[in-house]
Amino acid sequence: MAILELENITKSFGQLKVADGISLVVPKGQALGIIGPNGAGKSTLFNLITGNLLPDAGTVKFEGRDVTRMPAMQRCFAGIGRSFQIPQPFDNLSVFENLLVAAMHGRNMDQRAVQDDCAMILEQTELLAVANRPAGGLSLLQRKRLEMARALATDPKLLLLDEIAGGLTDAECVALIDTIRAVHVRGVTIIWIEHVLHALNSVVERLLVLDFGKVIGVGQPDEIMKRQDVREIYLGIEV
Amino acid sequence: MAGMTRSSPYEVTTRTRASRITAVAAVALLALLVVLPLFAGRGLIQDMFFILTMLVLAQFWNLLAGYGGLVSIGQQAFVGMGAYAMFGGVILAGMDPIPAILLGGIAALIVAIPTAFFAFRLQGPYFAIGTWVIAEVMRLVMAQAKALGGGTGTSLPRTATREMWATEWIAGALDVRNSAARDILTYWLALALAAATIAAIYALLRSKRGLALSAVRDNPEAAKSVGVDAGRMKWFVFLTSAFGTGLAGALIYVQKARISPDAAFSVTDWTAYVLFIVIIGGIGTIEGPIIGVIVFFLLQSLLADYGSWYLFTLGIIGIVVMLVAPRGIWGLITERTGIQLFPVRRRLSGGSLKED
Ligand SMILES: Nc1ncnc2c1ncn2[C@@H]1O[C@H](COP(=O)(O)OP(=O)(O)O)[C@@H](O)[C@H]1O
Ligand SMILES: [Mg+2]
Repeated sequence: MAILELENITKSFGQLKVADGISLVVPKGQALGIIGPNGAGKSTLFNLITGNLLPDAGTVKFEGRDVTRMPAMQRCFAGIGRSFQIPQPFDNLSVFENLLVAAMHGRNMDQRAVQDDCAMILEQTELLAVANRPAGGLSLLQRKRLEMARALATDPKLLLLDEIAGGLTDAECVALIDTIRAVHVRGVTIIWIEHVLHALNSVVERLLVLDFGKVIGVGQPDEIMKRQDVREIYLGIEV
Repeated sequence: MAGMTRSSPYEVTTRTRASRITAVAAVALLALLVVLPLFAGRGLIQDMFFILTMLVLAQFWNLLAGYGGLVSIGQQAFVGMGAYAMFGGVILAGMDPIPAILLGGIAALIVAIPTAFFAFRLQGPYFAIGTWVIAEVMRLVMAQAKALGGGTGTSLPRTATREMWATEWIAGALDVRNSAARDILTYWLALALAAATIAAIYALLRSKRGLALSAVRDNPEAAKSVGVDAGRMKWFVFLTSAFGTGLAGALIYVQKARISPDAAFSVTDWTAYVLFIVIIGGIGTIEGPIIGVIVFFLLQSLLADYGSWYLFTLGIIGIVVMLVAPRGIWGLITERTGIQLFPVRRRLSGGSLKED
């Protein structure tokens, strides 16, 4: 069964077409990777899926339901969780409270019902030691972890991750991959935008290539990576 | 259920040692303030009335701007509408002024609804200016209300003030004149309103909704993405603050017993001073307005004779504080000492948590 269906999604910023008739079906439980050069429209596609932006044309369906015009808040209730490429923490809240607010509101539950789960997510994302620090004071790496942790706190069925592996050491990257795998194993569908291809390809079972707002290829990661046009786009990013 | 029997290694706490001391001190202070009229002179009671009502206005502006991110400069709209609704209840409907205070809160709440519809369409500085414009419109409208004195204003009927609820009882019990009993009554009401305001705002900040409020203030887009209804939070804060401001406005004018549109909708008295109080005390904290109102009162006592120099000095002090201590006097104190009298942060402890 499909968890997400995009049909002919189009979005322009002035003259610039950033989503140009994108259609895509994501089966429930899949881990899908998205690659493409900077400015291809990857983050915009996420914003269109989450409701932070509305498309000019086309439809977004989540679990068979048309959510094209649904506000971001309700899509969170429906089960779409996301991280932002540029971390957007609640600066004056502690790291723990960043998760609490997401868990309490995203799942509509009391603090008591979610606090242990939030602590567990902090353990899993290696943020426990800074749990009581204001999120505004975190390093970039910690902010990226917080993005993922906060998205997990909403208990999503579909998790959208936007470039969370950039700048990590090998050991950190391995830890991140483990975390994402663990989430995936629980049955959460994952769409992951990433430039760090070896990290991405060790998790995802399907790869989508986006360029100038168009899907130029989607399929098995190794087959996609063999394609000449994809290699040309990626020459210079990573070999 | 497994979840109910399993004991968690983690614990979440909000209270601190300072906050336990605060709670005890607050009760003691409240008790002292309640019995203050037994031994204080009328002048002190009137000063305390001023301080307490300004504190209420400051707490509600702080809720709006400091927690809700809604920087309004039109709070005089709600002071004025609250005051005029109370006057209307007394003069037109023959109500007792004390229950008519509630009418003031309700009237402010009602006019806040169309105000919000209009002002929420505006962003940033335009929102601020929009709220001010609306307050000006209300001032002009009330100046047309002939039954309430039009542009020159009017006074509460003598019979209404003399026979006001509980004044006779207070006059008898404390052996004071009727006019002094009125001051004591309005002082007690101001004390009750200030205590209830602080308690309610503190309870709000510690609730699920309070956490969402902080999230929206820090980052509205991210807040929506984690299921927070940012729009509803704005409405909630705006209407709550209008209601409280309206109650305070009505109470202030029960004590003044004389109203005019220029005074009741004064941007200087009900917004500029309030802004000053919150900013020098420390925006976004409950402690800030408390400190701010004391500083403001002292400055006013020292400088009030100097007319426009007084306003000028307040302005300069406000600007200097904004530049050197953007989080106000209370911000400086917490930075140095880490003390929080009204802690709202939820601290995680236990489990494998070792802070580094
Ligand atoms: N809100 C916006 N307004 C105008 N242009 C935007 C906006 N968001 C993104 N863009 C532009 O759209 C293009 C695609 O951006 P984005 O989706 O962030 O690309 P990617 O994530 O693939 O690097 C870029 O040229 C970017 O400058
Ligand atoms: Mg991007």
